[in-house]
Amino acid sequence: MVPLWFYLVVSAALFAIGAYGALARRNAIAIVMSVELMLNAANINLVAFWRYLNPFEINGQIFAAFVFIVAAAEAAVGLALIISIYRSRQTVIVEDVNMLKW
Amino acid sequence: MDVNWLDANYLPWLIPVPPLISFMLIILFTGRNKVLSHSIGVGSVVLSFLMAFGVFLKATGTEEFGPHAYGDSIKWMDVGLSEFRMGVLVDPLTAVMLFMVPIAMLMIFVYTVGYMGAYPDDDPHKIRYSRFFAYLSLFAGGMLTLVVADNVLLMFMGWEIMGLCSYLLIGFLFEKKSAQQAAVKAFMTTRVADVLMLVGIGYLYAEAGTLSFRDILYNAEVLERLGNADLTGYLGLSAASIIGLLLVIGTIGKSAQFPLHAWLPDAMEGPTPVSAMIHAAAMVSAGVYAVIRMFPLLEAGGNPHHAEYTAPLILMGVIGSVTALGAAVLGVGQNDIKRVLAYSTISQLGFMVAALGIGAYVAAAFHLITHAFFKALLFMSSGAVIHAMEHGEHALEHGHGHDEHGHDEHHAHHDEHAHDAHAHGHSSYTWADLNAKIEHGIEAGHLQPGERTPYGADYVGPNGELPDDAEWKPSIPQGLKPDFVAKPNNIALMGGLVNKIPVTAYAMLAGSASLVGFPLITAGFWSKDEIIADAMTFITNNGQFEGHSPWLHMLVFFSLVIAATFTAFYTTRMWLLTFWGKPRSAMAEHATLMNHVDPEELAQAQTSLKKFWLQYSNSALMQGPLVVLAFFAIFAGFVGIHGDFPVLEWFTGSHNFFHEFVGPSLLHEPATIPFKIWPVIVSVLAFSIGAGFAYVKYGVPRDSYEKDPVQNMVGDPVWQALKNRFGFDTLYLATFYQSFEWFGRKVSYRAIDKDTIDGILETIAVVFNNIGEGIKRFNHVIIDGVGDGIPQLIGLSGRWFRNLQSGRVQQYLLFTAVMLLAIGLFFVLRVL
Repeated sequence: MVPLWFYLVVSAALFAIGAYGALARRNAIAIVMSVELMLNAANINLVAFWRYLNPFEINGQIFAAFVFIVAAAEAAVGLALIISIYRSRQTVIVEDVNMLKW
Repeated sequence: MDVNWLDANYLPWLIPVPPLISFMLIILFTGRNKVLSHSIGVGSVVLSFLMAFGVFLKATGTEEFGPHAYGDSIKWMDVGLSEFRMGVLVDPLTAVMLFMVPIAMLMIFVYTVGYMGAYPDDDPHKIRYSRFFAYLSLFAGGMLTLVVADNVLLMFMGWEIMGLCSYLLIGFLFEKKSAQQAAVKAFMTTRVADVLMLVGIGYLYAEAGTLSFRDILYNAEVLERLGNADLTGYLGLSAASIIGLLLVIGTIGKSAQFPLHAWLPDAMEGPTPVSAMIHAAAMVSAGVYAVIRMFPLLEAGGNPHHAEYTAPLILMGVIGSVTALGAAVLGVGQNDIKRVLAYSTISQLGFMVAALGIGAYVAAAFHLITHAFFKALLFMSSGAVIHAMEHGEHALEHGHGHDEHGHDEHHAHHDEHAHDAHAHGHSSYTWADLNAKIEHGIEAGHLQPGERTPYGADYVGPNGELPDDAEWKPSIPQGLKPDFVAKPNNIALMGGLVNKIPVTAYAMLAGSASLVGFPLITAGFWSKDEIIADAMTFITNNGQFEGHSPWLHMLVFFSLVIAATFTAFYTTRMWLLTFWGKPRSAMAEHATLMNHVDPEELAQAQTSLKKFWLQYSNSALMQGPLVVLAFFAIFAGFVGIHGDFPVLEWFTGSHNFFHEFVGPSLLHEPATIPFKIWPVIVSVLAFSIGAGFAYVKYGVPRDSYEKDPVQNMVGDPVWQALKNRFGFDTLYLATFYQSFEWFGRKVSYRAIDKDTIDGILETIAVVFNNIGEGIKRFNHVIIDGVGDGIPQLIGLSGRWFRNLQSGRVQQYLLFTAVMLLAIGLFFVLRVL
């Protein structure tokens, strides 16, 4: 059987990719996607720890399900915001959307 | 307070009020409106006149008014256990003053409207027209206050108000250096006397415990105590004598008696109505009024009718005699018409003071009243004469009447000069302008070629060429000069004016006749005769002296008789030189009182009345009052004829009305001296000799006087001494003025004020300034450094931290990530 740290490595890699995307990409949609990646990296962790450490309790899976739900809701809200910004400012480049300062 | 204002008892309160209100109204509100201002001024005096006349009628209508004098007073302030009361008093003396003063004032006010109105619009007389009425009103208010006062302090207040007004009015034409100096001279001279008088008032209050006339002067007990040298006083003099001496000194200053007389001739620097006011209705009369009022105190402890003279009486007798005689002599040598009158005023006041010195109380009061009438008349007449002369000069300057005298050759350049002078006239009125004016006048050839005017007049070259500067410029002095005579005032340049201004001429004749004491028909004769009769009692009624030597009577008699002779001489001389003969200058030839009317305006006038008014308004306003006063100058004397005068006793019914009315102002009514013919003969002789001699010398018309006849007679040095007023002015200038000026400049100003007081103040100021400078620096560096530093630091950090919030989401995210990593690293490292 695949050892636990394999999953953890995949998850860490995925999280790192997501974090990099969220920090470095300029396109807001890409950032939302990167965030999704990080959430899913967390999900991998949750499911992996559930399977290896406490497989007889259901709460690990429920936690992951919650993350899905939150991620879905967040994607919906985030995309709606992006569309709204795009409509008003004709751009989805986050560097151009910097009104919220000072 | 329940007051019935129609009650005559309260009326005296109100008499001085209208002029005082008028002063405030004009000064504060109506100064810009000349017509309104003079209406208020004249109206206020009319009101005062009506009230005063009401009081006078009530007073004369009361039987035995003397003991039943009425008055009213209010508490002014508490003084220790007693209270000081201020109020009004009407006794016979007040009543006759209330008759004379408002009439004279009213005439002066009406006259002033014409006199001041006749000046051109750019003349300072006209520019400050309203102010003149304000000052005159205040003057009138002060005099009326003095007259109705029931105590010495209130009298003194009115006295001081007049001192101020005389200063303001003498210096009215303050552009002239001489007017400034004259004003200061008058003010300072009277101030010297007033201070001593105030000391006397203080002593009187200390001794008597009251200043009320009635309580002191009508109270035998008080008078006896004050007059007793054993009980009161110092140095063998009784308190009454010391107080009396001080009060008399006040009068010597106010009424311009020797040796404080020098201010009065220079007071002529003021406009003529002021002279009339000072010389007749107010000021100098006030001085004599004060001693007449205080007479019971002055004679307390003595009895002049028995040749028991007290110190104040001796002072008055001697000073009055010296003044009367000295001023009368000086009057001979004056060529300024107003200065002749000024010396006659000093002289006549000397008569009154001397009369009071020998106890001729009623005669002094009588002469005060008649003198006021004829002197107001004389001054106002002289003002009209001066105006006429100025008009003559003005007419010449503007080229009127030149052609008929064949001056065509001057016409061309004359016009140009007239234009120049006009341009000058629009700027302010300075001596430089006046100089230029006179220069133009000389160039324009006002005076005939070869005419060298005598009597110290301006020096005029023939054909307009100027005498060299050194010769004629000094005749226009920058300051007061004893022998300078302004051209329009110079009687040597007049002559023949009787044809030009007949009303003035005959009014002035009436006034002059009264002044010289023309027998039987003039007021001045009767009042002067009373004084002489009183003085002559040492011959006519020697018994009354009970063996004492009446030396003061003798002194007064001889001085006054000689003075009266001189008075007759110089007055006749003045009148003859002014009005008689032929005009001795072009100014006199063109003299007129008619207005300068634009011929077009005259042609447009619809009615003949309007035409008349346009041409003669100022003439009528000036000469109308003269006629009224001429009436009094002649007829006011008939109230005081000696009861036993031959023939006239049928008319008077053997009553001397004035004596019987005014006499009871005193506690012990002075006895009437029995009638003797000798005083009358002496008076008539004095008049005849003086006037006759003057007629002989001056009655012959001449084209010009190379030299004054008197100058020929007495010789040049004496003549020069007369013109220099015996050198008193020069002496005072050299001694008092220069020493006080030196003191003022070097000691008061330089040593005390500048060096000492300013030095101390400046040192203190420097020290405190340095302390302040240090505190300021501390404040700047430390307090402000800390106070400003903190907010600056906060602001700086705020500006720096602001950069963190860039609005860029990813930057925030990066910060978060870095912080998380750092925190994580921290925990990891700690575990390790």
